[in-house]
Amino acid sequence: MIRRTHPALSVWAWVVYAFLYLPIIVLVVFSFNDSRFGATWTGFTTRWYPALFARSDVREALAHTLEIALVSTLVSTVLGTLVGLGLWRYTLRLRTALTGLLVLPIVIPDVVMGVSLLMFYSFVRSGLERLGWTFDNGFWTVLLAHVTFQISYVSLTVRSRLAGYGPELEEAARDLGATGLRSFTHVVLPLALPGVLAGALLAFTLSLDDFVVTYFTSGSGFSTLPVLIYTNVKRGVTPDINALSALLVLVTVVAIVASNALLRPRRQA
Amino acid sequence: MDVFKSFRSPSGGETRVLDDIDLDIRRGEFFSLLGPSGCGKTTLLRILAGFEQPDAGQVIIGGQDMTGVPPHRRSVNTVFQSYALFPHLSVQDNVAFGLKMKGVPATQARHRVLQALDRVRIADFAARRPDQLSGGQRQRVALARAIVNEPQVLLLDEPLSALDLKLRKELQVELANLQESLGITFVFVTHDQEEALVMSDRMAVMNRGRVEQLGRAEDLYERPRTAFVANFLGSSNLIEGTVLGVDGIGATVQTVHGPLRTTHGHGLRTGQNVTLSVRPEKLRMERDDETEGNEIRATVDDIVYTGAENQYLLRAGGQQLVVFQLNADIGADEDFDYEEQVALYLPPDNLVVLEEA
Repeated sequence: MIRRTHPALSVWAWVVYAFLYLPIIVLVVFSFNDSRFGATWTGFTTRWYPALFARSDVREALAHTLEIALVSTLVSTVLGTLVGLGLWRYTLRLRTALTGLLVLPIVIPDVVMGVSLLMFYSFVRSGLERLGWTFDNGFWTVLLAHVTFQISYVSLTVRSRLAGYGPELEEAARDLGATGLRSFTHVVLPLALPGVLAGALLAFTLSLDDFVVTYFTSGSGFSTLPVLIYTNVKRGVTPDINALSALLVLVTVVAIVASNALLRPRRQA
Repeated sequence: MDVFKSFRSPSGGETRVLDDIDLDIRRGEFFSLLGPSGCGKTTLLRILAGFEQPDAGQVIIGGQDMTGVPPHRRSVNTVFQSYALFPHLSVQDNVAFGLKMKGVPATQARHRVLQALDRVRIADFAARRPDQLSGGQRQRVALARAIVNEPQVLLLDEPLSALDLKLRKELQVELANLQESLGITFVFVTHDQEEALVMSDRMAVMNRGRVEQLGRAEDLYERPRTAFVANFLGSSNLIEGTVLGVDGIGATVQTVHGPLRTTHGHGLRTGQNVTLSVRPEKLRMERDDETEGNEIRATVDDIVYTGAENQYLLRAGGQQLVVFQLNADIGADEDFDYEEQVALYLPPDNLVVLEEA
């Protein structure tokens, strides 16, 4: 059924979109502004982009961000996929409760997540110190923190991808002579794969642009791009930070679009 | 002996899903497991396939003990109720799956796949995906995917239940023909008694995890042993009574309708309580005023016109009896009216004595 929308509704929709995206558009536009300071347009330039990569702190933060994002995505994709498959395949007595637990990291405020992880790490540290070991907050603590919330997204995407398929597909594979492993590699995995990839892309972007949790768990001397942007902006908005933010937006948008494309159901004939 | 099995309760819990099943399915026959939902027929099928294990007892297929052998190492293939076609594979690749898993060389596999697709007349759709097929076509693909492996036993779990009546009838005949030409043992699970009667060489009627009766379709219909079989397979009139006397050609049973003769009196004792069963189409309604041997007086309560036959609901001796009469001639005067008094003849040959439940 095709219904014509009321003109007022379209106008309202555009207003909402403008509200959501104007700040980002302004940010991107001003990353090409040929002025060292402020919000007055003085001319077009692309010089902030190369200037950005000339800064050693930016290069270092970029390296950290990518390392964390790649490794955490890898780990959470494997773990999250297993959780998603488990929820799909087994009729667990506590399935609803388990699903609820998975949704929790998604709905819980980032600040709470950050504080709780911070407390958790200091708790573990004080325990380990008694045994004579210690560790600093940095790469590993951020990595683990990211994995904790990424798992939820991956497992839920994988599970929803498989939701339409029954366990009889696996039985059919076994019936036709496939071992447990081969029925997984030839039937279950191919079916789940779009969900796995979409979940991975989602996890990647979440890690890439996470600020709050990272800020709480990174300690001093270790920063990712979002944390670097925050500490810089405290001293005033500069065009190179605009450029950096614009790049982050670009990468995130590309990954999200790809993720949605993977999850789109195949058209029925 | 092709398949033998006896075991108790795969659930292990209080309820026995299957109890004391002892089946001997012959090589190359079309065997049906018939019963209402929840009777354990699907569980039995899953045990044959290897998806579930019996708590006790043995599964022997082709002379080999298969108890505990996983599904992928059994020469048994299943056609699932939901078809369970792999959505990410084409029709061709779906059918080739089993051969691929067994490591059959690609050229040989392709040949066998095409042959199987041809057999079920779906070769034109080889390149399609399952979601581009109709229900009947998917059914054929599921069948091809199973028979291409040339299993010793083919298990079919209510494969026609999702199809409309016309297509179902068509496929019933096709399936029976396919089984005959392949010579593979078919074990067919259904709750549709007509389906079982049309297709099977032999069948087992199941109820509450037990086999009620096992035999040829005809035998089960004509000589049901229990009230359950008498009513699940077609419909029956059950008349209770006490044996008055037994002689060389049958027995006389005292019922609410008076004494009735049956020729199925072997092994009965005088004074024993029995239930007689008679099929509605085997009763004859007449307009006689007088009743002779094995005739009882009855009143027409209701008439249901179903096209090919008229179904009369009669009242007699405080009991309701059903009679089916073929609608042979248009406007024939054999048609009876509401509240009409009739004489109902119960042929002694068709009064079957049921076992006490």
